[in-house]
Parts: sequence; structure tokens; C-alpha cells
Amino acid sequence: MSGQNPLLEVRHLRVEFPTRRGTLVALDDVSFTISAGEVLGVVGESGAGKSMTGAAIIGLLEPPGRIAAGEIRLDGTRIDNLRYEDMRRIRGKDIGAIFQDPLTTLNPLYTVGRQLAETMTTHLPITPAEARKRAIGWLDLVGIPAAAQRIDSYPHEFSGGMRQRVVIALALCAEPRLIVADEPTTALDVSIQAQIIALLKSLAREKGTAMMLVTHDMGVIAETADRVAVMYAGRIAEIGPVRNVVKQASHPYTVGLMGSIPPLDRRVERLAQIDGAMPRLSAIPKGCAYNPRCPKAFARCSQDRPELLPAGATQAACWLYAGEGAGNG
Amino acid sequence: MADMPMLELRDAARYFDVSRPALQRLIANEGKRILRAVDGISLSVAKGTTLSLVGESGCGKSTVARLAVGLYRPSGGQVMFDGRDLAEARAASDQRRRMQMIFQDPYASLNPRWRVRDIIAEPIRAFGLLPNRAAEEARVAELLTQVGLSPLDGHKFPHEFSGGQRQRISIARALSSNPEFLVCDEPTSALDVSVQAQILNLMKELQSRMGLTYLFISHNLAVVRQVSDRIGVMYLGRIAELAPAESLFRRPRHPYTRALMEAIPDLDMTGRTRIPVGGEVPSPITPPSGCAFHPRCPLAGPRCKAERPELKPAGDAMVACHAVEEGRDAA
Amino acid sequence: MAATLRRFFDSDLWWSFTRSPVTMLSALVALICILGALLAPWLAPHNPFDLASLNLLDAFKPPSWAEEGERAYLLGTDDQGRDVLSAIMYGARVSLLVGLSATVFATTLGVTLGLLAGYLGGKLDALLMRICDVQLTFPSILVALLIDGVVRAALPREVHDQIALFVVIFAIGISEWPKFARTVRGSTMVERNKEYVQAARVIGVAPPRIMLSHVLPNVMGPVLVIATLNLGLAILSEATLSFLGVGVPATQPSLGTLIRIGNDFLFSGEWWITIFPGITLIAMVLSVNLLGDWLRDALNPKLR
Repeated sequence: MSGQNPLLEVRHLRVEFPTRRGTLVALDDVSFTISAGEVLGVVGESGAGKSMTGAAIIGLLEPPGRIAAGEIRLDGTRIDNLRYEDMRRIRGKDIGAIFQDPLTTLNPLYTVGRQLAETMTTHLPITPAEARKRAIGWLDLVGIPAAAQRIDSYPHEFSGGMRQRVVIALALCAEPRLIVADEPTTALDVSIQAQIIALLKSLAREKGTAMMLVTHDMGVIAETADRVAVMYAGRIAEIGPVRNVVKQASHPYTVGLMGSIPPLDRRVERLAQIDGAMPRLSAIPKGCAYNPRCPKAFARCSQDRPELLPAGATQAACWLYAGEGAGNG
Repeated sequence: MADMPMLELRDAARYFDVSRPALQRLIANEGKRILRAVDGISLSVAKGTTLSLVGESGCGKSTVARLAVGLYRPSGGQVMFDGRDLAEARAASDQRRRMQMIFQDPYASLNPRWRVRDIIAEPIRAFGLLPNRAAEEARVAELLTQVGLSPLDGHKFPHEFSGGQRQRISIARALSSNPEFLVCDEPTSALDVSVQAQILNLMKELQSRMGLTYLFISHNLAVVRQVSDRIGVMYLGRIAELAPAESLFRRPRHPYTRALMEAIPDLDMTGRTRIPVGGEVPSPITPPSGCAFHPRCPLAGPRCKAERPELKPAGDAMVACHAVEEGRDAA
Repeated sequence: MAATLRRFFDSDLWWSFTRSPVTMLSALVALICILGALLAPWLAPHNPFDLASLNLLDAFKPPSWAEEGERAYLLGTDDQGRDVLSAIMYGARVSLLVGLSATVFATTLGVTLGLLAGYLGGKLDALLMRICDVQLTFPSILVALLIDGVVRAALPREVHDQIALFVVIFAIGISEWPKFARTVRGSTMVERNKEYVQAARVIGVAPPRIMLSHVLPNVMGPVLVIATLNLGLAILSEATLSFLGVGVPATQPSLGTLIRIGNDFLFSGEWWITIFPGITLIAMVLSVNLLGDWLRDALNPKLR
């Protein structure tokens, strides 16, 4: 699955925000790959840079933010340095996007059917009549009851969960090879979340679509992703198969993060907490960004910034796993 | 009166008139539309304990929170605070002082134009609890330290703090009047998970140190398990199940409670096949007849459509379900 | 004090100010006008209202750089021998006074009613907004004219002359309050639902106090911008009224009055009597408007 001919390759991506008080680095040397049919989860807390990564890939970074270094390749071709027009074509056809708020994703003035049909005729060589037929098919596929009638409804006539299903249909209908989903279930109730997660998973499997799932909800990742990248202060702290990252995390931040999630199956007297807070972009510590809060920090951590190093079944950006440091931690 | 519950709701209800303007209704020949946010709820919170209310959006838990603290008057039923009618109690400033509220949104719950020390001191000033500025400043410094911030943070503005820190400031403000009863409306829902752990630990510590009573609102069952003594599960303005915390988790009885537990993503990846409950929460303006959950309930029977179930004892829990009452729940 | 100044000069507001040459120029022009007006009694070369100092022989003198001009009268004189430059400075004084007072009045009235309407809602809100709606269908100058006319008709001449200035200020103020009320009402309705207001209600703080100490500071931002832009409008309204002859009394001529007086002589060749007051008026209003534009963009959080 992973490794051979990745569909999406992100190498040493660096995103900067020039402000009048200096340049803020929102993403610092981020690298990962996603293979066809694979779901990569990107988790992190607010400010970690996960949404920024998604935005950079889709080409929707808000100015003055810009890609300062690195490359993003889709199926071998570079997409980070394209002109707006070229990127726009790729955005609909090869990369689909699902955002958090279905209300703002869907145009309230057009019917659902029209939005679906329009997306398809823009990116696929089919007639409007065929597009409409397929639109009904898509609505059916995502679980909208009475699709043939609902196709002419407006977004506000759907409930929240239904709307998000429509958004998923919209993202998939042009048959993209990659979907970037940014918090697709956060605004939904728990019971609806479960439905949407199941839907996303099954569709991705069926169509062989790769997915980058950005969220802060570890539970959603555990259910949906094959691999997961944990981000902290604009860098990847740990990346690996989801089972390993969740149950046997290597990076101290991941360990702390997993520990602070309240367990559903028992009551604990005191939740494991990480003291302090994620550093602001304007004040990222030297060396490893996590070192001030890390219970296992040692001298090297505040000096050198760690690369992603092999740590058991995952890779962690932590000096504990450098060959010579492994004995010191 | 030590055995009087701190808060008691007796068949409390709160309706909102969301009808369209009169003229339009006349033209369209429509009736009024009433949103039954809270539709007959009875519960009580014993002093020194935590009662949590869980449910999805539209279930009315936030409305209950506001009823409990007097921001809304009940449209029906009674809200009693320490044995007295809440509205009557709130007429006296020394009673108002005893109840406080913490809100969900850390960004909207602090006035962006006020300094932190004024925000925290507002209850002190409103209730005239301290004689002079110096005493006030000392108290504010003490509160800031208690919630894990520095006393020097008093002269800063809210936008200089992160979400978790703002929530701490909210807690400090709530504590400044030495309250006994705290209503917490989703206090950690807007926070990152590691910050949430900090705040929950802080709240538990404060409760055990100061003997506080909490009414804790949340949509997150895992969080609720960590802080509650008793839990009420709400659906469409009614209580489906009310039980001691461990009891609820060990043996959920109401079909909705079970569906809710099933829906939670499986972090432990036990690989269990989950059957998410179908359908969506109906609108509280036109709730289903009888039991509000019957359209989505796997155990629904003819009685469920016709008759609204009452909360009846089932083991050490109270459950509003005909199927449970009739023993049809085979668990 | 020093700390506040330091914070101001370090702020985003000051930085955006220094980045815009147009804004800095406008500020300079506005400052010159304001200072000239404020310090007129001391800075003006002559006192155009001191009848004793006027010399009819000096009437209709052109500006000093023209052929028959004199150094003493930099911008020439009018039909009664008054120095145009001095008249402008005193006139600007009246214009500014009326403009500022009317704006302050409109702001106070509009913000108060807007707060009440937005916070209390219900019938009061409906009533106030209907009044706004009705008033906004009339051009504001018409409203001002109406009020001024009514008062003139109602009061005897001498009484009216004494309070004419207040009537003008009142009339212009009344014509402008709906703008403020509308904006403040909208912002108030948003703020009222925020949790910090609810926290104050839980404690039991009384509504007037909540409106003043919690809501008002948070809705004042747009008000500042509207007030600045409105200042220009108020000055123009006053000039229009005075031009039409129904504004300030003849004993306290404003720029509008001067323009009217000079208008009669425009086509007989004595252009300077009307043109220079006109240029001053334009400069004042334009610079205030440009400052208002800058303020609006600088305070807009979305553009920052």
C-alpha cells in the first residue's frame, strides 16, 4: 500500500506568513506521502498546522501566506508552483475537498443537483443530461433518501448530516484521485459522525481514492485512517500506521496526547495532562519544538531540531530514537 | 439544610415561540410554531456532587443550563434552588452570589474590551463582597493563582490568552463570588484535548477542595464519565435515562443511550462492528408523538408511538422507555 | 501616559497611518483647517466683524498677487471691505462648530437609541426602527430644512436669531441619527447574545449597566468611522443650509454664508469672494472624508 509510487508526495514543505513583525513559519519542513486508496490522517491541536497543510496542497493558502520552500507532487507532477488557472483545473478534477461547514461549502442559491451536475460537466467529458443522471446516482450512493426528488432541492432544505453527505458527493463526483477532508465531521452530532465516517471509508475503498483526513479527533482517525501523522507547531512529530501510533506511540507528545484523551471505558481520578501549551508561531523554541514541555527532554533537544527517525513501527522526530541518543533518554 | 438538593427541576419546561411574523402567518394561514426546547424535565442535584447532562444538538441541555441559573424563566413546572423557587431566590443578591456559570465559548465569554482583573472582579463588585480596591486586587491575584495563571496576568486583555487560558479566567470569574453551585455549559468542548485534560483536572480539584456542586453539560460521554456522579441522557427536550455514572456505562438501558455509546468512535480499535443508529434527530418544533425516539428505535412498539413514557425506576437508574418497563430490552 | 503613547505609536493603527501618504496629507490639511479655525481670533490678520475697522474703499480688492491687490489683504476683500482670508478663518470656525456639534448630537442620540433598541428588542425596537425607516426615506437635507423652517415659523424673529445656531445644530443632528442607531442596533443584537453579557446577567447586573459598560465599548468601533465620515456631511449640510439662507444667522457667517454672499459677484468678475471659501470648504470636507476612509479600513479586522 504505502511506499510504491505514492500518489501524493510532499517534500520539505515550508509555509511562511510575512507580517510586519517578521516572518512566521506556519509549516516547517513537512514531508509525507499518500498512496492511491490510502487514508492518511493528520492530527494535531489548534495551531499545529494541519489545516494549513491541507490548504497548501489544494492551493488555497490565504495570502500573505505562501509556500516558501519544498514541493508537492501529484502523481509525479509538481502542483505547488502552478498558475492559478492550472491549479483550478486540478483542484476540481484530481483533488477534491471537503471542509468542515457544509453550509458555506454549498452555494445556497443553486439546487444540489445543479451544483453536482456543474462540477461534473466542468471536469468530465459528459453531457448535461448524463451529468444529471449521475448526480442522482451519487446522491443515492451517499445515502440521501429519494434522491431523484431531492436532486432539485436547495441546500437549506437538507439537515446538517444530509448536507455533509451532499458535500461528499460533490467532492467525489468529478472522480478525483485525492480527497483532502478538513474536519468533515466536527460540526456533526456523534451519531451522524459515525454514519459519515462509515460512508467516507467505504467510498474511499470502493473508488480507490486516496484521502488526507485532517482532524483533531483521534477517535475519527482510529476508525478511518490507515496511517496517521501527528503534527506539532508546524512540524510532524510522529508518523506511522494508525494502530501503532495510537496504541504504542513513540514520540513523547503523542504519548501525552493519547494519555490526555478521556477514556470511555473507565473513570480515572486524574487525566494525564501535558503542562503548558503549544508555542505560538512567533515563539517556537530552538531545537525540538516540544522540548519545554517534554518529560524526557535532555540537552540535545533544546539545541538541534530532530528529523523524523525510525522508532519501532513508526517514525518520530525525537532524539530519543537517534542511534546514539537511545541510551540517554 | 444539608439534605436539600442544591438544584431541583420539577417537570420544568421551556418553550420558545418561533412563529413567523403575524402578518405572514395570516397570509399563509399558518398556526404558531412552538419550539419545545425543554419539555417536562425532573431531576435533582445533591450538594457537593456533579450531575451531568449529555445529549446531541437540539436535546435542550443548554436550555436546562440556562433555566438552572435563571437566564430563562420556565414556561412550565418549577426550578428550585436550595429549596426555594429560583426566581424568588435570585431576587436576593446574597442568593445570586451562590450560583455561577461557565460557558462553552472561551472567546465570547470574556468581554474583549475589559482587562482580566476587571472581568474577574465583576462579581465581587456586583455583590459588594470586599470593602476596598486593595482587598479586591489581592483576591483577584489569589484567584488567578488558584486557576493556574500568574497574578501579573490581571492587567492583560483576553485576546492575549489562548483558549484554555481564557477558560481558566472564566473559572476564576465564576469562583470570585465564593459560589456553591456552578453550572458548566460544555466548558471544554471548544478546547484541544490536552488543554481539556488540564481544565477537567482543575475543575475536579476545585470541587473536592471547595465542596462545589456542578451541573455539567456536555455532548462527550467520555468526558462526562470522568467528572460525574450522576448522568442524565437527554433527547429532544426530555430525559431518556437518569442514572449513577458507573451504572450508566456498565449497563445502559435506554435504547438511545445504547445507540449513543455505539456511535462513539472506537479509539481502542477493538475492531468491533458498530451499527450506527439511522436517521437524524427530528426538529424540536414538531417532535414525534409519544416517545420522541420511536422513529429511530429498534425496540419501538405501538405503545411507543401513542404514549409518552415517564421516568420509571429500572435497577438503580430511572429510564423513560416502554420497552424497558415491559422488559422487552433483552440485555 | 508615556506608556499609552508608546503603545499607540507601536500599534497597527499608527503603522497603517504612516504607510498611506494620502491619509497623512489629509490629516495635515484637516489639522491646518482646524487650527486656523480655532485660533482665528489670534491668527487672522483682520477682524472682519469689527465694523469700525472696515473701510468701504477697500472693497472688492482682488487677491494680493493680482494687479490691484494689496499685501494686507492676501486673498482680497468682499463687497464690504472685509478681508476674505480672515472671513474664511472665522467662517471655518462656525462651520466646524456646527458640524462637530451636530455630529456629536447625532452620535449620542443615535447610539443611545440604537443600544436601547438592540438590547431591549420587542416593541421598542420595532417602533424605533420604523421611525428610522420613515426618516431615512427623506434626504437628510430636507429633514434639516423642515425642522429649521418649522422653528423659524414658530418663534418670533428676535428669539430665533439668538438660538439660530442651536436650531441648525439640532436640525442637522436630527437628520443624521438613524445611521448611527441602525448600526449600533445591529451590533448590539450580536453582542447581547454573547456569553460575556450572559455572564453579567447571571450575576444580576442591571440592563442599563450592561448596556453601558459591556456592550457599548464593543459596538463603538464602526460608530467612530461613521462619525468621522458624517462630520464632512454635517459641515456640508450646514453650508447648504447657509447657502440657501436658512442656516446660521448673518451675524455669524459660516463658509456657506460666505459662498452665498460671494455668489452674487461671481459673474461680475470678483471671483475670489466665493472661490476661496469654496476651496476651503472642499479641503475640509475632503480631508475629513479621506481620514474616515482610512479609519474604516484600518479598523476593519478582516483587512488586517
